[in-house]
Amino acid sequence: MSTATTSAPARSASDATVRSWKNPIILSVVALFALLVFAIGAPGNDVTFRLSEENDPIVLPSIVVSAPVIGWVAALAMIALAALAILRTRSGRKIPVWVLAVFAVLFLIAFLTWVVGSARTPNVALYGLLAGSVTLAVPLIFGSLSGVLCERSGVVNIAIEGQLLFGAFAAAVAASLSGSAFVGLLAAAVAGVLVSLVLAVFSIRYVVNQVIVGVVLNVLVSGLTGFLFSAVLSEDSERWNSPPRLPVIEIPLLADIPVIGPILFQQTIVGYLMYIAVAVVYVALYHSRWGLRTRAVGEHPKAADTLGVNVNRMRFMNVLLAGVVAGIGGSFFTLVAVSGFGRDMTAGQGYIALAALIFGRWNPIGAFFAALLFGFATNLSNVLSLLGTPVPDQFLRMLPYVVTVFAVAGLVGRSRAPGASGIPYIKG
Amino acid sequence: MNPQDDRPVTPATGGGAHPTRREAKDAARQDEIRLETAAETAGGEVPPPAVPATTAGLGVGPGAEAPLMQRIMTGNALVAFLSVVLSLILGGLLIAVTDQEVASASSYFFSRPQDTIAAAWTAASSAYIALFQGSVFNFEGDTFTRMIYPLTQTLTVATPLICAGLGVALAFRAGLFNIGAQGQILIGATFAGWVGFTLHLPVGIHLLLVILAGMVGGALWGGLVGLLKARTGAHEVILTIMFNYIATNLVLYFLSTPAFQRPGSTNPISPQLDATAVYPPLLGASFRLHWGFVVAVLATVFVWWLLNRSTVGFELRAVGANPSAARTAGVNVSKGYILAMAIAGALAGLAGVAQVSGTEKVLTSGVAASFGFDAITVALLGRSSPWGTFAAGLLFGAFRAGGVAMQASTGTSIDIVLVVQSLIVLFIAAPPLVRALFRLPAPGATRAGKGGSSTSTTPTPASTGAAA
Repeated sequence: MSTATTSAPARSASDATVRSWKNPIILSVVALFALLVFAIGAPGNDVTFRLSEENDPIVLPSIVVSAPVIGWVAALAMIALAALAILRTRSGRKIPVWVLAVFAVLFLIAFLTWVVGSARTPNVALYGLLAGSVTLAVPLIFGSLSGVLCERSGVVNIAIEGQLLFGAFAAAVAASLSGSAFVGLLAAAVAGVLVSLVLAVFSIRYVVNQVIVGVVLNVLVSGLTGFLFSAVLSEDSERWNSPPRLPVIEIPLLADIPVIGPILFQQTIVGYLMYIAVAVVYVALYHSRWGLRTRAVGEHPKAADTLGVNVNRMRFMNVLLAGVVAGIGGSFFTLVAVSGFGRDMTAGQGYIALAALIFGRWNPIGAFFAALLFGFATNLSNVLSLLGTPVPDQFLRMLPYVVTVFAVAGLVGRSRAPGASGIPYIKG
Repeated sequence: MNPQDDRPVTPATGGGAHPTRREAKDAARQDEIRLETAAETAGGEVPPPAVPATTAGLGVGPGAEAPLMQRIMTGNALVAFLSVVLSLILGGLLIAVTDQEVASASSYFFSRPQDTIAAAWTAASSAYIALFQGSVFNFEGDTFTRMIYPLTQTLTVATPLICAGLGVALAFRAGLFNIGAQGQILIGATFAGWVGFTLHLPVGIHLLLVILAGMVGGALWGGLVGLLKARTGAHEVILTIMFNYIATNLVLYFLSTPAFQRPGSTNPISPQLDATAVYPPLLGASFRLHWGFVVAVLATVFVWWLLNRSTVGFELRAVGANPSAARTAGVNVSKGYILAMAIAGALAGLAGVAQVSGTEKVLTSGVAASFGFDAITVALLGRSSPWGTFAAGLLFGAFRAGGVAMQASTGTSIDIVLVVQSLIVLFIAAPPLVRALFRLPAPGATRAGKGGSSTSTTPTPASTGAAA
């Protein structure tokens, strides 16, 4: 997919005008939609966003806004931004990034106000919405970090789904048998590595197409865990499938901060590990010798090889490491979210993590925020279906996926994958 | 590289100043050979899996002549066969290990090991016998109809697998990894179903319109992905996955509207399709096999023709082998992406038609089962060649039909079928591994050590791409 961007430096002038009209058009269409629905179609009542509960240590006042006012202000501001984008494009200049960012935030505010305002109870707990989003995003973040580790070293990892699922399965079984959730956490990491091992052996040693191995591995894990679930786990679920949950560790005082307290300082160990993993992968990837080598191997393996880096060894190690990360992410399903394994319980989260990875442009921080966006969209659809909105339930459930399509196709533009991602390296 | 790469690839325009029509045609063929070779070796982003030697050699005249025995020992067919055997053995082990009888017998393994082995054998073999009885031939049936009933069930299940598998395979050949067959089947089935139970038309025209609607629905859903990929450069893997979820929810939404529900009911199930809108039974009313299977055969012929004999197919394969080279050669790559995805979607739509107007005869949200995802493994196993996909569809149809019977009679979970299927695809994709396990000679005659020969024989994106 990077071919188109690199192929036409010669006729860049004509190309630039052709290509960059995409964003102004998208912005205009979305702005018009906002005007029609959020402004003209705004409900006439006030909307309440709660920031804390009454019995919290620190009580913040709720934010009460008028739906039509917010709708009109946001829609007009969006139209202004779209007009700005059109003007910039006409004069042949780039659209600044802040325009897109502000536009997205405005859209989000207007949408939230509109959708909550039209619900039966126009009152929503904003802090709960955010905290729930982070919780839902935890496995996605682990999954996309696993993808970052693999793809940055030049191995496409479609098997994230399989790693998550096998991690979840192993965590449930090991924690049930040992009675300790931490043993389960360890087993999840081992299970992720096992899936990674197959991926690495087949795609690096036997140079099988990496996407094929990934897809097949997902099927294999789904079948294997499903079979063992019905043959072993459900026969004696007391023994095999009743893992203890990981305890929520509350950091005193800090956890009492309104809104961000529960998000940052009231998590299980998996949640804290998630923040640590994002930071560690980011720093290691861009500020360490290992990271430089990883990126070199992923961008230009020949050059790396010439300089004495063992390309396939580097890739093998990275794929295994990715298994550890994704496996721990998988333990979230059985040790944090619910207590016990269920058939195909990851339900395509691995694929969403893959989307987050691409949306986040193969960058750990970017992937983190992209995964948060998906978590938010999923949580929003859950919360809204409880509130009783006029939007059909099915469309709310589509939300995360539609957001992904818009993100991947529209706003993110032509993201560039690591140069050698998906291409096996054969020395010589 | 494959042995047939030794063929001369220089155009045979024998030095004449005025190439005749025939020579031009020959040159075109040589181009095609090179394209096939490129398709196997170019390091495109998602290169299509190598086509088997038989299809690669189609219309090229005699392939590389080698002693018969050597060809059998090194051929793809043997690897494929051994892969299936190996996968079945591993699946059998899994069945045996998790079996209750085996577990109780293994508690006294060291005093009477034969008990454990016998129990393991019984567990695995009875499951596989049930699988065979449920998919090919029921030798316990009292009438001939009952005996061959399983085989027709296999063909019935294989029909949507073949259609959707062809769609995935076609997209592969154009260099696109189409994971969206599931969504395309669903949308195709929705279109077809709606025409089937809403319009009331005469016999013949109605069914034709149903088929057409299903293909249009799938083609729209697939073509949209192609359009987005061509226009915005978005990755088709992500797009197709997201479109699957969107399609599932869209169908659920449709089924919650009165236009798709039975009168006086709010259940998410559509009315029965009109009798004029369903595929007639192929072998009489006592079998579920319907004319959709014939349509699947025709679709296979069509895809074979399209890929190997038509200009469009040539361009699609060129795009798949190397988009940059294809663009330089004057092929419209964007058009290729859109067209490939639209045709792939139309084929998946045919699978939807097979389900909604052949097997199920009503539209529900589960009408596509998991055929769309199985289609990916079918296409991979068939190595993206039309007839390979057809054969793989039959095999997986047998697994699925037999798996249901197996689960009913021996209680072995049908999930074992998924395990065996994915193992087969994994092993077939890595011939060196299978050859090493069975100590077969590697193709290329000379036994050049350990690592070197095995990597060079693998028909996957090879050094050219990595070195570029």
